[in-house]
Amino acid sequence: MGNFDKKVEKFWEIFYEHNGYTKVLTGLENTLYIAIVGLAIGIIIGTLIAIVKVLPKYKRIARILDGICTFYVALFRGTPVVVQLLVAYYVALPLLGINMPALNVCVLVFGLNSGAYVSEIMRSGILSVDPGQMEAGRAVGLSYGVTMMKIVVPQAIKNILPTLGNEFIALIKETSVVSFVGAADLYVAFNYIGSNSYEFMVPYLVMAMIYIVLVAIAALLIRVMERSLRKSDRRN
Amino acid sequence: MIDVIDLKKNYGNLEVLKGITTTINKGEKIVIIGPSGSGKSTFLRCLNCMEDPTSGAVIFDGVNIADMKVDINVHRRRMGMVFQQFNLFNNKTVIENIMLAPVSVGIQELRRAKIKNFFTRARNVFTPNKKVLIPVNTSKAKIKAEAKENALRLLKRIGLEDKANVYPSTLSGGQKQRIAIIRALAMNPKVMLFDEPTSALDPEMVGEVLDLIRQLADEGMTMVIVTHEMGFAKEVATRVLFMDEGRILEENTPAEIFSNPQNPRTKEFLSKVL
Repeated sequence: MGNFDKKVEKFWEIFYEHNGYTKVLTGLENTLYIAIVGLAIGIIIGTLIAIVKVLPKYKRIARILDGICTFYVALFRGTPVVVQLLVAYYVALPLLGINMPALNVCVLVFGLNSGAYVSEIMRSGILSVDPGQMEAGRAVGLSYGVTMMKIVVPQAIKNILPTLGNEFIALIKETSVVSFVGAADLYVAFNYIGSNSYEFMVPYLVMAMIYIVLVAIAALLIRVMERSLRKSDRRN
Repeated sequence: MIDVIDLKKNYGNLEVLKGITTTINKGEKIVIIGPSGSGKSTFLRCLNCMEDPTSGAVIFDGVNIADMKVDINVHRRRMGMVFQQFNLFNNKTVIENIMLAPVSVGIQELRRAKIKNFFTRARNVFTPNKKVLIPVNTSKAKIKAEAKENALRLLKRIGLEDKANVYPSTLSGGQKQRIAIIRALAMNPKVMLFDEPTSALDPEMVGEVLDLIRQLADEGMTMVIVTHEMGFAKEVATRVLFMDEGRILEENTPAEIFSNPQNPRTKEFLSKVL
């Protein structure tokens, strides 16, 4: 494995002495930025869609909204996220005449994409909350919306937190395709190191390890959050 | 206080209520009895439109609340409801459970008054005949403080003030149901609707809940109770309705209905349960 030592040395040279690590840090920052903000957007969109989906359907407006949401989910679950990125960056935004940095486009696309998935997670969460909770809220004179936001959705989020954590982890990993539209993430950083040292084994190995560590930290945070939300529960 | 006129409720092709007409007067304690599946609970839930009636009218304080156009939330605040399964808000502590509705309704009304006043003021600038503003003599903090004080007073009444800051999952069934009752009372309702309030309780906890309901009855609260506790019905009711197959078959004072039932179905039912 003397060969391997040499490879590590080469990697270190570019990584440390030629300031490769600044690129890695930027990549890390962007990866996390896209995943976290994307998930936040996804949760907001997903919650709204889920509420529309569980709405009683005797009003026409509810049926129209339901149709729109069904179309949205079909659209964003029916195409790969890479395709969505490319379409957004090279088709939709130029057609609309909007000039936006690649990173923001990525955040937006990942948010919209994750919204479609979170909506189904959230819907199952809302359906898992005892219907008596909604009834009790309505019986004391609170509106459907207030009861939904103050009683049902908080309990739904608690129920779906493990699944939501899954979505976050998936999102962290999926961000590795943002280089398709020129955003600088971890892949771009390690690819830079690789191409400058003509040696790809070590950089990609380190990249994989960083992803594993990121996901492990995310999983830990989710566990901590779950435990703090469980304080109203008997299952401690 | 509540006039029910030819109330009908269908679930698809299933007719649950087949035309109910009755009047609930102020101060009355009405107990509804009948076999399961007779439509008692559905009738009770139609009174505050938890179930939307298929046809007919429920006139509460002169307003037909079965009409889809009325803001049902405003009227429900004047009708407390207690459920078989308690339905305390699991994500809120006991005191938050009691305060939630008074606080959010109070703040909502405050916000509406402020918005209305804003437009009145804007209008008053341009017109000579000035409109009067809605007096706003409260604030968010004041609403919260008042609701908290009231909640603590109610908790003290049932002897559970030490449970104010715990979550419902740590309480016994009897405690949950008593808190559910005072949660409804926190909105100062004119009428209380009880949907089998003791059916999900262990036998030893039934007493404490019935005691509380009895106290409310003695204070003159108007109430409609669906129950299987015949002894309690006899003691508390001013009028008993016997329902079967979606109709009121007999209504009378408890003394009459329990000792001298007229309808054969009532006789049969009472002979089984007493």
